[in-house]
This record gives sequence, C-alpha cells and structure tokens, in this order.
Amino acid sequence: MIIMNIFDYVKKVKNGELSALNTVKAVIKKCKELNKEYNCFVNICEKEALESAKIADREKKGLLCGVPVTVKDAICVKDVECTAGSRMLKGYVPPFDATIIEKLKSEGAIIIGKTTQDEFGFGSFSTNSAYGVPKNPYDKSRSCGGSSGGSACITALADFPHISIGESTGGSISCPAFFCGVYGLTPTYGLVSRYGLIDYANSIDKMGPMAKSVDEIALALKIISGNDEKDQTSLNEKKTDYLKYEPVRNYTIGLPKQYFENISIEVKEKINNAIEALKKLGIKFIDIDLKLSKYHLSAYYLAAVSEASTNLAKLDGIRYGAKADFDESEDFNSYCAKVRSKNFGDEAKRRIIIGTFARMSGYRSQYYLRAMKARTLIINDYKKAFEKCDALLSPTMMFTAPRFDEIEKLDPLQVYQSDLLTVGPNLAGIPMINIPCGFDSKGLPIGFHLISNHLNELKILSIAKAYEGAKK
Amino acid sequence: MIDEAKVRHVAKIARINLSDEEVKKFSKQLNDVVESFKILDELDIENVAPSFHPIKTENVLREDLAKKGLEKKQVFRLACHEKDGHFKSPKVI
Repeated sequence: MIIMNIFDYVKKVKNGELSALNTVKAVIKKCKELNKEYNCFVNICEKEALESAKIADREKKGLLCGVPVTVKDAICVKDVECTAGSRMLKGYVPPFDATIIEKLKSEGAIIIGKTTQDEFGFGSFSTNSAYGVPKNPYDKSRSCGGSSGGSACITALADFPHISIGESTGGSISCPAFFCGVYGLTPTYGLVSRYGLIDYANSIDKMGPMAKSVDEIALALKIISGNDEKDQTSLNEKKTDYLKYEPVRNYTIGLPKQYFENISIEVKEKINNAIEALKKLGIKFIDIDLKLSKYHLSAYYLAAVSEASTNLAKLDGIRYGAKADFDESEDFNSYCAKVRSKNFGDEAKRRIIIGTFARMSGYRSQYYLRAMKARTLIINDYKKAFEKCDALLSPTMMFTAPRFDEIEKLDPLQVYQSDLLTVGPNLAGIPMINIPCGFDSKGLPIGFHLISNHLNELKILSIAKAYEGAKK
Repeated sequence: MIDEAKVRHVAKIARINLSDEEVKKFSKQLNDVVESFKILDELDIENVAPSFHPIKTENVLREDLAKKGLEKKQVFRLACHEKDGHFKSPKVI
C-alpha cells in the first residue's frame, strides 16, 4: 500500500502519476481484510466509493482529490445505510448528505465506509454497539475507546492516505484517539455544521477529524468548518486557514492540578516528558486551579442524557428504521414501546430512563436545570483560566486502553467516571486535541490533551505542530 | 432515590417496556448514577442563568423563500408502514 501523506498523494492524483480509482480499489480490499480482524467498519461502501474515485480521476479537483475518508456511522452519507451503531436504525438509508459530507465530497474526498461506534455515542469503549466491537490495533484484547472507536482504529491501521471523521459529545474523539495513538480534534461547538448528524445531545455534539498528522487534521478542519444555514447553531465566523500555524514561543500553557490526580504513573511520566519538550520550544507553564472540575461529570451526564432522551423520542418505528407488524387492536403507544424495547440496547435504555427522569415534572429543577446552571459556572471557570494562559494541558485519559474483560466488570457509573478528563471541555464547547506522545510498557499509546478557549483551534494546532516537529 | 417502582413509571413514560429482570438491574445502576448527581447540590446556583448552549447563539432567520426539499418518494422509500402516500400508524385514540 502507498504510505504517504495526503498532500503528496493529492498532488500525484492531480498530475496523473497515481490513479484514485486504483488506490481506492486497493484501499477497499485492504479495509475488508482489516475489518475481519478489527471490526472497525459497520459498512464499506465500495460501489459509491469507486464511482467517486472515477470522478476524482476525471476532474482532478479539490484539496482531498481521491483521498479515502471514513466517517463515524452516526453521520449521514447519501444512499449509504446509517445506523449510528443501533438496531433501531437498521435499514435507514439517508436520501441526503450531511453538510460535512457535502463539503468533503466537494473537495474530491472518497467516502469509503462507515465506522463502528457505541450505539448513538453512548459509551467510552465502543462496546455498546449493535454491530460488533472494534479491537485495538495495538492489542486486540483491548478497547479502541469510544464512542468513535472504529474511526480511531482504522486511522491507526491505515497504511494509505486517509482521514476519518468522528463525533464527540463527552470525549468520543479524544478518548479513542488516545487509546489508538492518533491525532483527534474536537472543534468549538458550532464551528462545524451538525446537519446530517444523528444527534446524541444537540447542545454538546461536535464532529471533528482524526488523522496521523497535524497537517492532515488542520486541512480537514479547514474544509469542514464554516456556517451552514441548515444548522441554526452553526457559527458565522470568518474562515480560517488552520495550516497557517502561529509561532508558539511565548505561549503560556496552564496545568490544571485537578486533571493530574488519579492518573497512572506511566501516563504521568509521558505527559511530563511532553511538557519538557514543549518548554524547550519556549512555552511557559503555569499551574491552574480548575475549582469546579469535580462537578464536570454530573453536569455533563445530566445535560447529555436529558437531551438524548428527547432526541431518541422521535424513533417510533413508524417513519424509518426498525419496525414491527401491528393490527387493528394495537394502539400507538404500545406499538412504539414494542419496537423501542426490542431494538434499543441496554445503555440506550438506561440513558433514556435517566434523561426522562431528570426532565420530569418535580425533578426538572433539581436535576436538568441545575446541570444547565452548573454548566454556566463551569464555562466561566474555563474562561477565567484562559485569561491567564493560551491553552490547558492534561492527560487525555487517566489510563491506557483497558482489556475487554476489565471493561465487562465495570458498572455504568464507573464507565461514566472514565471520561473525567474529557467531559468538562466538551460540556463547555471549547476545542481540544489529543496529541500522541509515547507508549506505556505494554506498548499501548499515550497522548496529551490540549484545550483552549472557544474558536482557538489555531492555537492548539500550532502547539501540536510544533510538538510534532520537535519529536521528529 | 430511584427504586423499582420509579424505574417502571419513568420507562412507561419513555415508551420502553422492561422485563422484571431489567427493572431490578436498572434500578440499582440508575440509583447509583442519580445519587452521584447530588454533588451538584453543593453549588450555589441561586443567581446563575442556565447555559442551554455552550456558546452565545442568536436567533437565525433567513428569507422566506420556497426551496426544493426531498422528493416524497425518497421519504416514503424509508417508511416502516405506508398507505396511499401517507405514513400508516396504529390507532392513537
């Protein structure tokens, strides 16, 4: 397979040295083989991909001309089944492209497949999928992380030009990027249009790129960002060229002391090495006290499950997705309950029930509304930190990829707690990136997390690029 | 406190049928989760406005122009139950 970055590959496709069609054919063959071993795809869309590759060869246009792109299954691609990892959406074939897919296709990208994920994004290890569990590229007895596990998995495995699009609500890009040792950027809420995403939590969902290099992440973000009239929450910001990095000398990075508690010794060691490398680049470090970090998890989960329970109410077995037979004697409610009970997985049921409870009359102020107010305080806590520094740095996860038998023993609350370091910035809608920085003694990847203020993607990408250069 | 009766009640509202076994399993798990939310009671939220979005959003209006949407047949290709060009559902009343 061709090991080269997407920039060199695109040049070669455009000047005729390489054929996108031949590349995509070889890539699909490889992906089918990898899928047997790693289960990173729900669906490989060979027919559509080959058609698009022919067009790329003919037109030779776009920043991603002929580049194979994979997308999390929650993102709609025209005429390709879209299940968001759930049986509830089995058979749903969207008749339209998500805006992010339109933008990628208009730059010549070839969508080659939909990647495995936790059902509707409900999970941290991609074990809550109705279509099998992706396996970690570094050790198949371990998790890829979640919920965009399949995207991180294929990004790590790809020995061909490739980027993947994941989606994060509470850490679903950062977590799998860390476990699989790839870059994963979660943009500011609203920077990338959510039109065509199967929603988890509308006020927290963000789509973002995963790749093997900072330049590829920056290029993808440049393409997918921008206002969209189809998404009312999409921001109307001036387009940024994220490849025009800033000098990082004299940047100040804050270390939130709460984010360094309870992390494994090996993770801490690699993060400290990364901090030393960044210091050599002229970056100053200060300590930051994120006083409200102990409230992040509760505020996040309440917000997320409350929104999820309303979003999933639309899945009724009538208009699309899973269905059942009914006769004249059956009423609407019992029919919906029948279809929903059979097709939602356990974690979806749990989140629907907690979310419905948190919004119920008599409990709304105590749970949902309190979480929304806590969110205001948490956002202000971050904003105060960013008055003193350009970015915050922490481990992305507290531990390296766990084994599946270890995950099985966790109860739901313990699974939620594993997202401790990622839910805060996700709830605040601020951008973050996982940057691979080494391996533990078992050979499992470790990464650090850079977080910055709303719309400061260029800052964290500039630091990531400088670190990537220093590592070489 | 989330007990078995509460789980049954909320599940019914959410249109989820649970087996007795599921009710038992979920009530313990959900009670642990809901108990953990109580930490938020420590926060003074008296004069705090809720953030329904993480970043300031404004009402977006566009010109009221007719635009082409999806073809009806594209939508009904996905329908679980269809009759005479309409969605068919079990009786509501």
